[in-house]
Amino acid sequence: MTAAPRPHPVPTGTSVRLTVNGQPADLVLDPRVTLLDALREHLQLTGSKKGCDHGQCGACTVMVNGRRINSCLSLAVMHDGDEVTTIEGIGTPDALDPMQEAFVSHDGFQCGYCTPGQICSAKAVLEEIRQGIPSHVTRDLEHVSFSDDELRERMSGNSCRCGAYANILAAIREVEERA
Amino acid sequence: MKPFTYERVSTAAAAAAAAAANPGAKFIAGGTNLLDLMKLEIEAPTHLIDVNATGLDKIEPTAEGGLRIGAMVRNTDLAADVRVRRDYPVLSRALLAGASGQLRNKATTSGNLLQRTRCPYFYDTNMPCNKRAPGSGCGAMDGISRQLAVIGGSDACIATHPGDMPVAMRVLDAVVETVDAAGKTRSIPMADFHTLPGDTPEVETVLKQGEFITAVTLPAPVGGRQIYHKVRDRASYAFALVSVAAIVQPDGTGRVAFGGLAHKPWRVEEAETEMPNGARAVTARALADADPTGDNAYKLSLAERTLALVLAEAKE
Repeated sequence: MTAAPRPHPVPTGTSVRLTVNGQPADLVLDPRVTLLDALREHLQLTGSKKGCDHGQCGACTVMVNGRRINSCLSLAVMHDGDEVTTIEGIGTPDALDPMQEAFVSHDGFQCGYCTPGQICSAKAVLEEIRQGIPSHVTRDLEHVSFSDDELRERMSGNSCRCGAYANILAAIREVEERA
Repeated sequence: MKPFTYERVSTAAAAAAAAAANPGAKFIAGGTNLLDLMKLEIEAPTHLIDVNATGLDKIEPTAEGGLRIGAMVRNTDLAADVRVRRDYPVLSRALLAGASGQLRNKATTSGNLLQRTRCPYFYDTNMPCNKRAPGSGCGAMDGISRQLAVIGGSDACIATHPGDMPVAMRVLDAVVETVDAAGKTRSIPMADFHTLPGDTPEVETVLKQGEFITAVTLPAPVGGRQIYHKVRDRASYAFALVSVAAIVQPDGTGRVAFGGLAHKPWRVEEAETEMPNGARAVTARALADADPTGDNAYKLSLAERTLALVLAEAKE
């Protein structure tokens, strides 16, 4: 015998402590608030963008504990104690991160809406290749190396509706070659 | 999103107990599929049990020479594990063929097994769907069904299971380990884990309310050439139209499971005796009971040709 489901409850505030770009942030949130909305609406970090809000476009990509995720498909309350890095934590207007510099010099964007997600993802992709994490196009699963095909495959979760893909690829390649 | 209450649990036993105490509850792990559906109010749990801190994030050797994969192991970590890459490459390949890098960093082993269909009529709340709203009818049968099931469907539902990883788990004879609120454990072979739609398409697995997946166990490695080939509408980040997970031994014998064809990973063991006789012989038996729509009949020849490609590649 299973009891009937309870009706939808009145949401209550749930405490969560995040570290965002090195700064502690203590929040009390409706559990429905996504990590993306917590960053944008509660912490006023509007660099991370809401595109599709369903994990398909990658505009919301941030780093959590050093790994890239779609912040729209995660609840903020699921990240108690986690370290979040957003585009605001990567370089400054006066001292750009090498990836930001490369996006500028290669015209890796037009409207710029997807760019924060592209840059977070691109930095993570280079790190994933360095760690030897394979991808769908890795020929030999036990030997992972940098190539344009690897970049195209690994960046497939970041859409750019302006179609700046060729220049995004060139920007990421330059950062890898300079490293 | 409909309102819900939220709790974090730190053990598998606590997870099962919390779910048994609350019939409207759902477990949340990666959440990449569940939250997507909650935003559309296709899923509307009244309570979420966050199981990320249950400590089930390790991959350990078993006494039988296999691997025990904790339920919370992320898709990225499972695909990259050196033992999986070396001994179960079909599993690494299947994982890497699915979703995007961001999603694989979040998605878990148990959550992947419980992914819901991507049938467009399940997602469109303006349309009838027996899976989403039992008894409302099926919009897909006379609708656009090119992505949908060609075998094992029913008059109520022709949805497919969307996963890649489960197809590899099926060909590897993996076993799903669970625990319930009474502390009782159960080992469910992948062959029995997912169900066909019948007249209850809202039921997708044999899990009972509150039963919690703790791990997936792989038997000792079986060697052979292991290949996962996925055919989709674009080169990356799309669901399978057809996929083939195969293990081919040097003498041409082997195993094969198909994705994208049915409500569960599709494997017919009796058809595998035909492996040395080629793809047509295998699919003639494995897909003998197919009942495609006009839109998706192409999947039958696509499955055969994809298997032919895989068998040719296995000989290289």
